[in-house]
Amino acid sequence: MRFGVLRFPGTCDEVDAQLACERVGEAVILWHGDRDLQGVDAIVVPGGFSYGDYLRVGAIARFAPIMESVIAFAREGGPVLGICNGFQVLCEAGLLPGALLPNRTLRFVCRQVDLTVEHADTIFTNACEEGERLSIPAKHTTGCWYAPPALREQVEEGGQVLLRYAPGANFNGSVGDVAGVRNEAGNVFGLMPHPEHAVDPLTGSVDGLKLFQSIANHVGAHV
Amino acid sequence: MSDTAVAPHRALGLTDAEHELIVEKLGREPNAVELSMFSLMWSEHCAYKHSKKLLGQLPTEGPYLLMGPGENAGAVDVGDGLAIAFKVESHNHPSAVEPFQGAATGVGGILRDVFAVGARPLAVLDSLRFGELDSARSRYLLEHAVGGIGHYGNSIGVPTIGGELYFEGPYEQNCLVNAMALGIAQHERLTRSAATGPGNALVLFGALTGRDGIGGASVLASAELGEGDADKRPTVQIGDPFAEKKLMECSLELLDRELLVSLQDLGAAGLTSSSSEMASKGGLGLDIHVDRVPLREPGMEPFEIMVSESQERMLCVVEPARVDEVLAVCAKWETTATVIGEVTDSGRLRVLSGGEVVGDMPVEALVDDCPLYDLAPEKPSAPIYPAPARTLPADADARAILPALLASWNVADRRPVFEQYDCLVQSRTVRRPDAADAAVLLLPAPTDAGERPAIAVSIDGSGRRVACDPYRGTVEAVLECAANLACVGAEPLGLTNCLNFGNPEKPHIAWQLSESVRGMADACRALDVPVVGGNVSLYNEGPEGPIYPTPVVGMVGRLPDAARAGRLGFAVAGDAIAFAGPFTPSMPGSELAKLRGEPLPDGLPEVDVAAVRRAQEAVREAVRRGELRSAHDVAEGGLAVALAECCLGGGHGATVDFRGAGSEGEPLLETLFGEGAGGFVLSGSRPALAALAREIQLTFVGEVGGDALTVTLDGDATLSWPLAELRAARERGLADAIG
Amino acid sequence: MSRRVRVLVRPKAGILDPQGQAVERALPALGFDGVANVHVGRLIELDVSDPARVPEMCEKLLANPLIEDYEIVEA
Repeated sequence: MRFGVLRFPGTCDEVDAQLACERVGEAVILWHGDRDLQGVDAIVVPGGFSYGDYLRVGAIARFAPIMESVIAFAREGGPVLGICNGFQVLCEAGLLPGALLPNRTLRFVCRQVDLTVEHADTIFTNACEEGERLSIPAKHTTGCWYAPPALREQVEEGGQVLLRYAPGANFNGSVGDVAGVRNEAGNVFGLMPHPEHAVDPLTGSVDGLKLFQSIANHVGAHV
Repeated sequence: MSDTAVAPHRALGLTDAEHELIVEKLGREPNAVELSMFSLMWSEHCAYKHSKKLLGQLPTEGPYLLMGPGENAGAVDVGDGLAIAFKVESHNHPSAVEPFQGAATGVGGILRDVFAVGARPLAVLDSLRFGELDSARSRYLLEHAVGGIGHYGNSIGVPTIGGELYFEGPYEQNCLVNAMALGIAQHERLTRSAATGPGNALVLFGALTGRDGIGGASVLASAELGEGDADKRPTVQIGDPFAEKKLMECSLELLDRELLVSLQDLGAAGLTSSSSEMASKGGLGLDIHVDRVPLREPGMEPFEIMVSESQERMLCVVEPARVDEVLAVCAKWETTATVIGEVTDSGRLRVLSGGEVVGDMPVEALVDDCPLYDLAPEKPSAPIYPAPARTLPADADARAILPALLASWNVADRRPVFEQYDCLVQSRTVRRPDAADAAVLLLPAPTDAGERPAIAVSIDGSGRRVACDPYRGTVEAVLECAANLACVGAEPLGLTNCLNFGNPEKPHIAWQLSESVRGMADACRALDVPVVGGNVSLYNEGPEGPIYPTPVVGMVGRLPDAARAGRLGFAVAGDAIAFAGPFTPSMPGSELAKLRGEPLPDGLPEVDVAAVRRAQEAVREAVRRGELRSAHDVAEGGLAVALAECCLGGGHGATVDFRGAGSEGEPLLETLFGEGAGGFVLSGSRPALAALAREIQLTFVGEVGGDALTVTLDGDATLSWPLAELRAARERGLADAIG
Repeated sequence: MSRRVRVLVRPKAGILDPQGQAVERALPALGFDGVANVHVGRLIELDVSDPARVPEMCEKLLANPLIEDYEIVEA
């Protein structure tokens, strides 16, 4: 299977995401200015500081030509994973519910965090078990997930929260300790922690690999 | 505006003698453009007038050396056709004025130096020194400098993987911000900056040029600055990491496509220094048309354009036939690019505006003919520095001292600082800050990979101990850096240094500087580690006095197998613990002596450098063989603090035998908390440590286990600290101050 | 002929505003009492040929309607 990893001006973790994807399939980098998704099976919107985080995080990237194709891909049910800045872009693009606000402490924090898998029967978590703990690093300044009360209730009741910060691990103030959330249709998922930085035993935990494996499993089963 | 006008050359910092020499070289009085350019090129910062002769002592040859001092960054061979380029630079004075932007642009500048030689930046480390944290100003500087480093490094996608942080009274008015960067390149991709090929085009690319950093040169402005001219006033350099990210990708792509003849970044003294140095290295000349330089502000004068320090700009030389391709790559990366001049064979740097020559100087005069000064060193007859303020009660005993040391600002947990840095991007980080004595980064795997080679890097400086003994203190700093590399299993390949000192025209500072450089040269030679490049920052002093003499050393090493990279924490209950190396703890000049408010000693004990080197090599090899569970070098706070750090790092307590050191009083305190070079705390299996004991001095002292650090003293007395108490003390130290 | 327009963007009421809170904490520490309800937003200034299109610009790009309110002021 092939992943397409987006690159905007200011994206930082695209090569890391590509390396992670290549552990379970093939991966190509897709330039922000192109519209061609090159027939990939899944899209990853990676971390970084696209467009310098100018105006609002993710606000400018969402209008990139490549994003028009990604939005169409998502509307047709294609799997889309947004990591950190990618999560921010997908929220701005209206593909995911809510928005990301500045961390409560207003500081950038880079720290290994424990996450709990809330649902394992999804495109992005089928390689995990419900209730499983994943150890994955998070590194961001603007990661406090927020939704107005009515939307938040809808998201919770719809089982759209796939990953939560374990007790004590929520350093950014996300409501409901939400670390990662999916859309209603279940094919778009965004999370603030960086699974691509938890795939190599030489550099830390390998729990992040499960998310990429899950996507590959899904694509493989639906060929 | 002024009643008795100060001669312009003096206002710009040139002496009368220097001015006369310029007149002689030009054959006439320099005009405003030329005077401003000379004043910058002949400044201490650019010309190293007071330090160049001394720096000639440093060894610059080595088996792994690929590029030595003189280029934007030095480089060493790390095997498999790969090179690591690296350098450290200071940004002290700007950071004291505006710490966020000063530190940020310091990082930006050193990153540009690395990609200017064709290396993709891999990592940043920073060495920071401020006044004591009970000063609101020092807390402010710390918070904003750290914020600036994080802002710039994180945004550009280069991990900040290590550093050091110290607080001492003498840095209160003159903080130190030294930034180190490393990058990776194939050997043949390493790029030099010499301009070659008369007729080739000079292309400026990157950000627009504004009035940033014009500073003292503003005295030359032809219009007087009135009340309403705030926008014309020189401003602090503001860094834009997003612009630099694009600039970096653009530069690397231009080099990958072999579109450039040479490349140079613009730093201090902007276009003036970059262009003249490019011309000088190539033995040629340059014509620069300042009216072609894209500007951020209207109405800039030629001299302003030549001395502007606007950030995120690069200069390159391009063959005329390839200029269009270069402009196309820049356009792709949304980076402004303009042909602003050409290489000539005149040997002169000519500045033109609207077709008219507004400045015309021989390149040699600008770059090479600045007079170099001999220092007049004289050992001070009386102490220069006051004794540090006392913060520990006079009757504090060993039991109370350990938690107090762990909570002290120079020793406490740096997590509140390093968590503000992304240490993971680029997926190479094998050892994160606090996991080991040096940072470890994966090298790309060779095709027939079994083992995965890696590089290790550490940055270590010393201030207070160099003030005690500039020669021996500097030797210790170099040894400590190498020891940190040894603890992860790395062999040092090269060293970069930043020399931070006071005013070298004062004999006692000249003495500090000369002795320190002599110490660095001797230590580098004794370790066979060449200096690949570095930086000097002088005049760091104010009315309250000079900073401590502070040499900062950054070393890069290589280890053959990342899976065996060393760690500092005790990992397995039951492991044996040993002290190794030719270490003799000594109280004067130590952190404990500082907390007790003791005056600085005159001199430090001698170090057997050869024995320390042997110990480092033996520890390194044992780490590489996978025989040691942990290795940690002994530094601030001596053996007891090192032990506590090993316990807390691994989450395991220890029982350690200190019998023979006395049960109380100074001898015990000196054994527990005394400092010096050459000591290691190791853990592992008894047989492995016993084997190491056959090569170097090694004493078995105890065992890993439990949830306390317990030391046995004479008469079976014991001291015990629950790990929870030690952890709380260590975590409190900076967290309370930073918030 | 263009008009100069200013758009003030501020966090919606009830949204966690850590920047506003930080400023609200810092002012009393500097000796300024009687400060409350501090919010930190953004100012965007633009020359526009058709001011009638500015609300659309706000909805689409300049503000995020989920978390921000905006106010258009002609300079």
